[in-house]
Amino acid sequence: MNRSLLADRIATITLWAIALFVVALLAGIIIHFLWASIGTLSIDFLTSDPSDFGVGGIGPLLWNSVYMLVLTLILTVPLGILGGIYMAEYARPSRITNTIRFCQELISSVPSIVVGLFGLALFVNATGWGFTAMAGALALTVFNLPLMARLVEQAIRAVPDDERQASLALGASKWTTITHVVLPIAIPGLVTAVILSAGRIFGEAAALIFTAGLATPTNYDFSNLNIFDSRSPWSPFRSTTTLAVYIWKINSEGLGTFVREIADASAAVLVIMVLFFNLAARAFGRFLQYRTSGV
Amino acid sequence: MSTAVFTDRQAISRPSTLRERLDLSRRMTFIAAIVVVLLVGLLLSFIAWNGIQLFIRASVPLLSILSPDWAPSTDQFGILPFILGTIGVMVVAAIIATPLSVGLALFIAEVAPGWARNIIRPAMEIFVGIPSVVYGWLGLTILVPFLRTNFNAVGFNLGFSWFAGSLVLALMVLPTIASISYDALIAVPGDLRQASLALGTTRWQTLRHMLLRAASTGIMTAVVLGMMRAAGEALAVQMVIGNRPVVPTSLTQPITTLTSQITLDMGNTVGGSAWNDALWTMGLVLLVMSLGFVSLVRYLGRRSQLS
Repeated sequence: MNRSLLADRIATITLWAIALFVVALLAGIIIHFLWASIGTLSIDFLTSDPSDFGVGGIGPLLWNSVYMLVLTLILTVPLGILGGIYMAEYARPSRITNTIRFCQELISSVPSIVVGLFGLALFVNATGWGFTAMAGALALTVFNLPLMARLVEQAIRAVPDDERQASLALGASKWTTITHVVLPIAIPGLVTAVILSAGRIFGEAAALIFTAGLATPTNYDFSNLNIFDSRSPWSPFRSTTTLAVYIWKINSEGLGTFVREIADASAAVLVIMVLFFNLAARAFGRFLQYRTSGV
Repeated sequence: MSTAVFTDRQAISRPSTLRERLDLSRRMTFIAAIVVVLLVGLLLSFIAWNGIQLFIRASVPLLSILSPDWAPSTDQFGILPFILGTIGVMVVAAIIATPLSVGLALFIAEVAPGWARNIIRPAMEIFVGIPSVVYGWLGLTILVPFLRTNFNAVGFNLGFSWFAGSLVLALMVLPTIASISYDALIAVPGDLRQASLALGTTRWQTLRHMLLRAASTGIMTAVVLGMMRAAGEALAVQMVIGNRPVVPTSLTQPITTLTSQITLDMGNTVGGSAWNDALWTMGLVLLVMSLGFVSLVRYLGRRSQLS
C-alpha cells in the first residue's frame, strides 16, 4: 500500500479510537456511580437527615440545592433575558457595548473560587448577612448572569429579520415586536439556556463554600413558613449547604465511617440530575420548536 | 438572506436619537445589560482591595511573596509554590488533553458518520455538565488508588500528585477544548476542503495540511480557554493533588495550587490576619491571570478575523 494511503488509514483508526475512548470514559463514569450507589441510593436516603452514626441521608442538602437553584434562577432569568434583549436588539457598536461584552467575557473566565471570595467580601461580610442562601445565590448570579445573557442574545439573534420587518411594517412598535414576535420564536433557545445554566448552578460548589456556608443541616421544619426566620427552611437568610458542597465537605473532614457510601450516592444523584437537565433541555427545546413552528 | 440585513443593521453607527433615548423599554433592557459591568467593577475592586491588604495591613514587603518559602506561622508568605503549581498543573493538563480533544473534534467534524456524531455531541455536553466535585471525588476514589497500585510496582511513588491533578483536569477540560476546536474546524469553508481533495490528497493529508492549519487560531483559542478553566478549577484539584506547598519539580510529587490553598485555608484563618490576607492576594493573582487569558483570547479572536 502507498505510504500516504497507509497514513490515512492509520489516522482514521486513531481518530475512531480517540472517540471510542472518550465515549467509553463518560459511560464508565456514569456506570461507576450508578453501580457504586446501589445499596445506598433509596427514597429513604434522598429524604432523611444526615447522621453521625449511620449512612443517614441527604434530604436537607437536596432541598438546599433545589432551593439555591430556584433562588438563583429568580435573580438571573429576568435580568439575563432583558440584558440579552438589549445586546441583540438595541446595542449598537459603541464603547459601552464593547465594555459590556468585555465584562461578560471576563466574568465567565474568573475562577469560581474567586467569585466565592468576592461573595464572601461583599454578600457575607459587607452586608452583615453571614453565610446565607441569599449570599450564595448572588455569588452564583455573578457568573450565571453573563452566561444567560449571552445564550439569550444568541437565541434572539437567530430569529430571522423578516419576522421583525413584517411586524414593524404592520405598524407594531419595536417593543411590541420584541415581546410578541421575536421572543415567542426564540423561546426554545431561551428554555435551553435556562435549563443548561440550571445544571451548572446545581453542581457548583467552589463559589458556595464561602458564601452559603458549610453547616450540616438537620431537622428542617417545613411548616415554618416565616421566610425571615433563619430556622425556617424557606428562608433565604440561613446557612444553606448544598449537595455538591456536602460531597466536598465530608471528604475534607474525613470523619465518619460511611463517607465513601454517602459521597458515592450523592455524586450519583448529581450526575443523574445533570443527565436529567441535559435531556430535559433537548426534549423541551424540540417540543417547543414543534409547537411554535410545526417542524 | 436575513443575516445580510442583520449585519447591516448592526453596522449603522449613528448616535441615538432623542426618541430612542426616551424609549422606556430600551432603557430598561439597557439597565439589565449594564448590571454585568457593575458586577465586574465591584468584583475587581473588592478582590484588589482585599488582595493588597497583605502589603498594607500586614506590611509584608511586596517582592517577598515571590519567595518559595510558605510558612505562615513564621510570617513567610512566599506564594511562588502556588503560582508555579497552578501553571504546572495547567500546562501538563493541556498537554494531555489537547491531542485527544483536537482528535475528537477532527473526528466529529470530518470522519464520524451521522450516528456516531449523534452520540458524541450530546455526550460532550453531559461531560461539560458534570460538577467538578464529582470529578474530584472520582479522582480521589478511583484515580489515586489506581496510580498507587499500578505505578508503585514499577518504581514510581505515585498517589496524590501533580500528575493526578493534571489527569483530572485533563478530563475536565477535554470537552471544552474539543467543542471549541470543533466550531473552529467547521467554520473552515467547504471549498478549501474540496480544492484540497481535488488535488488528489487523502483525507488525512487534507486534515493535517489544510484544515488544521486553517483552523489553527481557533484551536489555539480552544486550548487557551481550556487552560483557563484548568487554572481556575479548585475542588477537583484540591482533592487529588496532595496539597504540599513546595516548588514543583517532579510529576510524581504532591504539590499545591493557588485555588487549592485558598479552598483549604480560607475557613481556618481569621479574617484580617496576615495569613488570611495572603489568601486574598492569591485570589488577586488568579484574577490577574484570568484577565491575561481573556486578553489573549481577544487577541486570537482579532487575529482570526484579520486573516
